[in-house]
Amino acid sequence: MTLNRLLSNDLPRSKLLTAVLLTLFLLLALAPFIAPGVNALSVAAKALIFIVLVASFDLLLGYTGIVSFAHTMFFGIGAYGVAIACSRWDATWLSLGLGIVTALILSLLLALAIGLFSLRVRAIFFAMITLAIASAFQTLASQLSEITGGEDGLNFRLPDMLASGYMYLEQPIFGVSISGRFLTYYILFFAALAMVLALLRIVNSPFGRVLQAIRENEFRAEAIGYRVVVYRTISSVLSALFATMAGVMLALWLRYNGPDTSLSFEIMLDVLLIVVIGGMGTIYGSVIGAVLFVIAQSYLQDLLKLGSDAASGLPWLAALLSPDRWLLWLGVLFVLSVYYFPTGIVGRLRNRAAKL
Amino acid sequence: MSNTLTASGPAKPAVDFDWKPLLLVPVLALLVLPVIGSPSTWLTLTVAGLAMGMIIFVIASGLTLVFGLMDVLNFGHGVFIALGAFVATTILGVMPGWTASPELWRNLIAVFAAMLVAMAVAGAVGLAFERVLVRPVYGQHLKQILITMGGMIIGEELIKVIWGPQQIPLMLPEGLRGAVIVGDAAIEKFRLLAVLMGGLVFVALAWVLTRTKIGLLIRAGVENSEMVESLGYRIRRLFVAVFVVGSALAGLGGVMWGLYQQTVIPQMGAQVNILIFIVIIIGGLGSTGGALIGALLVGLMANYTGFLAPKVALFSNIALMVAILLWRPRGIYPVANR
Repeated sequence: MTLNRLLSNDLPRSKLLTAVLLTLFLLLALAPFIAPGVNALSVAAKALIFIVLVASFDLLLGYTGIVSFAHTMFFGIGAYGVAIACSRWDATWLSLGLGIVTALILSLLLALAIGLFSLRVRAIFFAMITLAIASAFQTLASQLSEITGGEDGLNFRLPDMLASGYMYLEQPIFGVSISGRFLTYYILFFAALAMVLALLRIVNSPFGRVLQAIRENEFRAEAIGYRVVVYRTISSVLSALFATMAGVMLALWLRYNGPDTSLSFEIMLDVLLIVVIGGMGTIYGSVIGAVLFVIAQSYLQDLLKLGSDAASGLPWLAALLSPDRWLLWLGVLFVLSVYYFPTGIVGRLRNRAAKL
Repeated sequence: MSNTLTASGPAKPAVDFDWKPLLLVPVLALLVLPVIGSPSTWLTLTVAGLAMGMIIFVIASGLTLVFGLMDVLNFGHGVFIALGAFVATTILGVMPGWTASPELWRNLIAVFAAMLVAMAVAGAVGLAFERVLVRPVYGQHLKQILITMGGMIIGEELIKVIWGPQQIPLMLPEGLRGAVIVGDAAIEKFRLLAVLMGGLVFVALAWVLTRTKIGLLIRAGVENSEMVESLGYRIRRLFVAVFVVGSALAGLGGVMWGLYQQTVIPQMGAQVNILIFIVIIIGGLGSTGGALIGALLVGLMANYTGFLAPKVALFSNIALMVAILLWRPRGIYPVANR
């Protein structure tokens, strides 16, 4: 069956999960028609970007079992690649392409260097070393203000065909004007779709099986004859490349990039939260988690505000429910999900389906 | 049975003591002297570096002991740093008469009171942290990293709930401001106090670890915890104690760090955490002596490069780490079995 092949034989294996995924797919595919407002479309685009970013992190954390805190570094490299190329040179497709290729090569080399240097030792070393490197990189990006625009970041122009003022059709279709913005959204959509399918392909290939073997028992995998260091390094390089592409998508959508938008440690924490809550070791978990997270980030704060207003009689409760403290509740959810459902939402749904 | 496990005299014969790493700190300091040129600037920077190193050591010692003893890497260690610093702002805030007094002894009492309360609060929170978060995930590294990171997020947000998300100034008491002049070099008084405090903590830790029975058990636990358990000691209880002491030390370090920076923000724990990780990787996970040398190196490097080439300041620590790991891949003083 073609669909089966497209999903690399890794079907959702739960009716509810299938339904959720289909709904999300349709929502994202038709977002410009369902929610034509600028804000709603930005939420959808952000969801697409996070899907790729989180799914690529899942390859590392969920499938290979290594924790990296440098994932946003590669995300940032992708975004800065586009930003620097398009702000220095003319806004042409050529400079855009050159920026993307340079960013990919830089990510490849960096991931290779970090992997070969620190994946030989235990996973815990890798987590600490990547944390240090990522923070150094963030400082570097804000220090080199001549290249990166420093703390202010870079505003840049993209080729005219992607501009929101560029109209492809005189008349709007179903009330939606077919502009460069519309085109950009669909570029993002199909890029995200292609990359999620590619990641599914990777994790369900023989290579992906070896990664899972390493995750389950490193010593045994080595004993069977797989070079653990090599597999781990390839996995971290692949994951870095996908993260770089997510960064490219971010830059295409925002036409701006700065240290806080793509490199900040908060994004790294968000990615970690999404992967765990969505379900580690299931690419689908990243999709569901990312969409839920972006919606929560955009709308949960309003809900908390309601709660905070309702609890205004009790100041401490109001402070706990303040919309600025939404990360607190996400953190609690994160800890609870590591304890009680380490396979996340997707694992939960699949277990239920298997029991029925 | 306990007769066989009495506290020993000098831990190791002098012959197989590994002295080479001890030279690193003076060698680094002397190498930089000609680069900086002016001896008085060098002295100021060196004292500042040693002070920063000592503060980092106070924080890192707890983390490295916890790792060595129980193989638990606490990514949430930073919470205790921030907690200590914020408690200190409250304590110093309610003692205005003591901090503004021109008499040095009153100032010192205020600072020590803040430190003691910060240590007590951080220790108590550490007890709860161990109980609720760390205990269920013993032996599972991946989950430990995730859970303690989650604990860090929650802790940081709770600090924001209690003290607010903004930056709070943490002023030094009157008598500790300003500098003493040694030759041409100006040395800030608080830095001398920080070096003194760090030295005291190191001596106290070294004394407990090498001269008492508890210390003997801790060191034995680091080497081989199963053997200690099979001899009838409850290593879990020991571990909880070490975790609490480690958290309290982080709280103490947080107070010192806050006074050193003169401001505190809720995110400071995460920032300092990065330095701490570099230090314990350099020192060898689980080694207290290694952590001291690593902390001093990091502190000196940060101040020297901050003066010579500010843009590479953070990278200097990474370069230092890479250099040390190329020399000794498991850190300066690798601990057995880890």
